[in-house]
Amino acid sequence: MPTNAVAHADDLSTLEAGLDNLETYRGNRPSWKSSIVKMLSPLIAIAAVLVIWQVIIYLQWKPDWVIPSPHQVFNSLGAQATQGVLYQATFNSIKRAAEGFVIALAVATPIGLALGLNKYLRAIFGPLLTGLQQLPSVAWVPAAIIWFGLSSATIFTVVLLGAVPSIANGLIAGMDQIPPLYLRAGKVLGAHGWTKVRHIVLPAAWPGYLAGMEQGWAFAWRSLMAAELIAITPALGPGLGQMLDQGRQLGDMALVIGSVIVIMAVGVLVDRLVFAPLRTRTLRNRGLTR
Amino acid sequence: MSMTRGAHVADAVTTSRLAVEMEHVTKRFSPQGPDVLQDVSLHVRPGEFVSLVGASGCGKSTLLNLLAGLESPSSGMIATDGAPTLMFQESALMPWLTAGKNVELALLLRGVPRRERKDMAMELLTMVHLERSYNQRPHELSGGMRQRVAIARAIAQDRRVLLMDEPFAALDAITRDLIHEELTRVWQDTGLSVVFVTHNVREAVRLGQRVLLMSSRPGRIVKEWVIDIAEPRRLDSPQVADIASQITDELRQEIRRHAH
Repeated sequence: MPTNAVAHADDLSTLEAGLDNLETYRGNRPSWKSSIVKMLSPLIAIAAVLVIWQVIIYLQWKPDWVIPSPHQVFNSLGAQATQGVLYQATFNSIKRAAEGFVIALAVATPIGLALGLNKYLRAIFGPLLTGLQQLPSVAWVPAAIIWFGLSSATIFTVVLLGAVPSIANGLIAGMDQIPPLYLRAGKVLGAHGWTKVRHIVLPAAWPGYLAGMEQGWAFAWRSLMAAELIAITPALGPGLGQMLDQGRQLGDMALVIGSVIVIMAVGVLVDRLVFAPLRTRTLRNRGLTR
Repeated sequence: MSMTRGAHVADAVTTSRLAVEMEHVTKRFSPQGPDVLQDVSLHVRPGEFVSLVGASGCGKSTLLNLLAGLESPSSGMIATDGAPTLMFQESALMPWLTAGKNVELALLLRGVPRRERKDMAMELLTMVHLERSYNQRPHELSGGMRQRVAIARAIAQDRRVLLMDEPFAALDAITRDLIHEELTRVWQDTGLSVVFVTHNVREAVRLGQRVLLMSSRPGRIVKEWVIDIAEPRRLDSPQVADIASQITDELRQEIRRHAH
């Protein structure tokens, strides 16, 4: 046994290093192979749908103005694309939804924080927020048209009323689930007021907040489509909702189905490219991956 | 800086030279409720390491919460040398931050400028032999490593008094043995005053310069031992075992009083 203090400290550090190495497990990150497989696996579902669809067409169960073939739908979208409408409509719709979502985030975050931190505000306004979340935001379209006419303001109103309650409620749920220990530790560390919100509350509530954002995006997107279907004017320019309505008016079922597919595809892509990476990162950082 | 709390604030104008001073502190959670702590007086000198042992219900945690300022006494006076820091049974590291960033959070909240934080955090992690774990997340660390990061974070706060609420209760025996050495070394290097609460009598003797025994319901300090064993001490040394068995006997008597 070493007698002098330096040797003793040295002994301790090697002993500790040994134990640390024995006790820690560095979780292996998923390999690029498995990530590619994971990324491509949804294609299987798409292929299956296409096969079933094509079989229905071969059986000639319904006329093609009721169920168009994949080929017709593809051509119809191709025609829209060559006219530049598909690109313009998709771009416009995504831009509107993204802008609406960012505004919704800016509105919902202070609301969520206020209601999550203050039980009186929560008791007063909580039910109202839940009520707004229950209400399909398309129900606001008639009112918004009367207030704002056929304008961007109408569309943004509907998008906001769709997204804000989801984001705010997600943040509140995230705050409710913060283990009290973190708040006590924050207090001991000297976090008060805004520093507490910034460095303890918001990061601790982040998983719920993120889930609220995902839901808020979905609500923003579907509210936008509803608004675009109803509020149609050349002044607003093309959107996917307008493209869908145009298909209906022309009795062009291929365009209708094509528009629906594009609307769904945008939703899936935004989830895959924006929210899924954030979600995976959050879970992995906190050791919540299985 | 001296922080004073309590019912008799006027008594505390005499700035204490002590790290921790509790005078006749009584705590009950409701006016008619039972005394959780009854007439507790506790003095801790600067740089002293005091262990508190007691059975369940002796108000150990309440005592620490009072010292940490998380609760206030029903009567009596409490003064500490600056706001103390507190370590919990769980490390209470923020799971969204790496080990290094957890230490940096304490520095940030203390007002250390951004550019100095990383080097300081690295230095503090080196102090607990975790310099290689700067980028690891709490869930990637073992329980003992997490508590060492928590020690580094507590030191980062640059407080004079460290309160510890059974911080090693959840660790296995080997890890606990090592972290005892680690804590002793850090305490000697920093000159912190430590109040260490545990219900492990041997641990109390292994670490403390003084061990105080608390009774339960009401919580009072009933006996004191001065531990005069030279460092490095070992948990399994005969001297530690000898005093520990004396304290255990007293503790058992205290518990027996509640049999009827």
